[in-house]
Amino acid sequence: MTAVAVDERPVRRLAFSQKLSRWDVKFSPYLYISPFFILFAITGLFPLVYTAWVSVHEWNLIGGQGDFVGLDNFAFVLQQTPFWVALRNTFSIFLISAVPQVAFALVVAAVLDQNLRAKTFWRMGVLLPFVVAPVAVTLIFSNMFGDQYGLVNTLLGNVGISPIGWHSDALASHFAIATMVNFRWTGYTALILLAAMQAIPRDYYEAAAIDGAGPIRRFFSITIPQLRPTLIFVIITSTIGGLQIFDEPRLYDQFGQGGANSQWMTITLYLYNLGWGQLNFGRAAAVAWLLFLIIVLVGLINMALTRLIASSSGVTASQKRAVRRAERASASTEKEKVSA
Amino acid sequence: MSAPVLPVAPAPEAANDRPADNHRSDARPPHSLGERFRASQARRRRASVAVQRPGWFSYTFLIGVLLASIFPLYWSFLIGSGDASTITQRSISPIPGGNFFANAASVLNDPTVNFWKAIGNSIIVSTVVAASVVWFSTLAGFAFAKLRFRGKNGLLVFVIATMAVPTQLGVVPLFIAMSQLQLAGTLGAVILPAIVSAFGVFWMTQYLSQALPYELIEAARVDGASMIRTFWSVALPAARPAAAMLGLFIFIATWTNFFWPFIVLDRQDPTLPVALSLLQSNYFVDYSIVMAGVLLSTIPLLILFAVAGRHLVSGIMQGAVKG
Repeated sequence: MTAVAVDERPVRRLAFSQKLSRWDVKFSPYLYISPFFILFAITGLFPLVYTAWVSVHEWNLIGGQGDFVGLDNFAFVLQQTPFWVALRNTFSIFLISAVPQVAFALVVAAVLDQNLRAKTFWRMGVLLPFVVAPVAVTLIFSNMFGDQYGLVNTLLGNVGISPIGWHSDALASHFAIATMVNFRWTGYTALILLAAMQAIPRDYYEAAAIDGAGPIRRFFSITIPQLRPTLIFVIITSTIGGLQIFDEPRLYDQFGQGGANSQWMTITLYLYNLGWGQLNFGRAAAVAWLLFLIIVLVGLINMALTRLIASSSGVTASQKRAVRRAERASASTEKEKVSA
Repeated sequence: MSAPVLPVAPAPEAANDRPADNHRSDARPPHSLGERFRASQARRRRASVAVQRPGWFSYTFLIGVLLASIFPLYWSFLIGSGDASTITQRSISPIPGGNFFANAASVLNDPTVNFWKAIGNSIIVSTVVAASVVWFSTLAGFAFAKLRFRGKNGLLVFVIATMAVPTQLGVVPLFIAMSQLQLAGTLGAVILPAIVSAFGVFWMTQYLSQALPYELIEAARVDGASMIRTFWSVALPAARPAAAMLGLFIFIATWTNFFWPFIVLDRQDPTLPVALSLLQSNYFVDYSIVMAGVLLSTIPLLILFAVAGRHLVSGIMQGAVKG
């Protein structure tokens, strides 16, 4: 580029290669990002949009596309008791899994966020369940939660509690399924929270400690408010994943229908049964869109709630105080160093 | 990962295991030299509260968590090493029986389940998906992180927004499309929808924007390297640690994925989770065989975890801080 051309021919050659190089600079970025966008449009976005098209048609697995039926599929689904039962089950399982999971993950993360020996070992130990496939987790736990010979009921029997119908009772089955979800995801969530905790400046804690705040107080007045963005992230992702739960309810018993009375049938399982059990794709697509809307709605509610909780608990004031204390503390240590 | 990016607790100024005392003796300015020394000692002791070595309670708690993590796997080994009657016994012996290999053999030889084929399929699908996600993500991540082009910010926002889209809900049209393309029942139907990932693009963008200095790219350009040459010789080597983590993550996610493979694959040609689900749907459920299958399907990932688990841990934690 800096070469100075003297005669005609090199100039022309240079100009051509420069042009080539300019094209290279101009179009390469688009070339590099285009595989992602094209493939995502085909395999991710198009199916989602096309689901809307399918949902307003009569559509069978065998016959293919049929007549346009408007919102009939939606109306049909919304009039079905199983849909509402599935909705109830999905939310019940989601709440029983998400709330204790985040709470327990916070505790695990707080314990890990200490000056432990063999840090990596403990972190790996916590993450171990993550590599066990949900299908495998479900098969193990559905055995442990067996109604007749299950380990859990045997243990309960040993302390004099009569056996619980982990499969026959709706709430008990939700609890069992939530346990599977929590088993696999708590460690993962804890590591995410741990990473966020380690990004909190240690000065805050030292300042609070100097002011006489105990570990519990420090946890609630510094750690939790500082974790807010990460908590929102964790809650949103667990909502998106949790409301689509399929593997666990599908394999909780050998029939895969969500229980004799649909005790633990979830929306995605209902979608599957409509589409690949009854071979009615139109209705299955309607359920998919309804679930999509529900997820968006819950995501928005989550966000509003988290914002409300985090901002109403006097976070900003205590944070400001913490920062001021931290500054004071670091100033005093500086002074110490100077005087030493 | 050679360079730890994670913020670590600052080392305590003085190794100090004594509990913090809450005297407030330094409320008035210390006068004598000894008094000043004592006051500074006390302040130091209090200041190091946050970086103390934790007590036995923390370790007990973590051991409990660890046992809870391991126990279900141990339980599956316990059942999987017994026979069909083990599960019906009132109290199961905590010592494994001797039938694990026999049970594993009957899983592997079960003609209705095709376990060997499932293992092969899972390896193919997970490897191809992980490799292609890493490749396309690094390519796009390089462009987003280091190249200038019109519409870059808008497109990046779009990528981030799509991470929140539950694409799993597109299964109905996806199945219709795969059937029409004659792909239903083939591994291609499982691989195709997974070959790109918004998360992967975001991840590589984040990493490369920090790990790859502009000077390196400029140097390569000045030396006459074309864009693709710059990517190949400069960006790709720099991206290696993050690419390895992304690949590991995607590999595990694909290996454990069930919903879509279960829908689109034939029972005769499944991936491992689908094969596992077939074990249970047999007419008579012999749990010792099911559990042996569960363990068999988990062992490859357990080995992977033993080898690369620490990278997975740091990958998840870095992703969290940046995400």
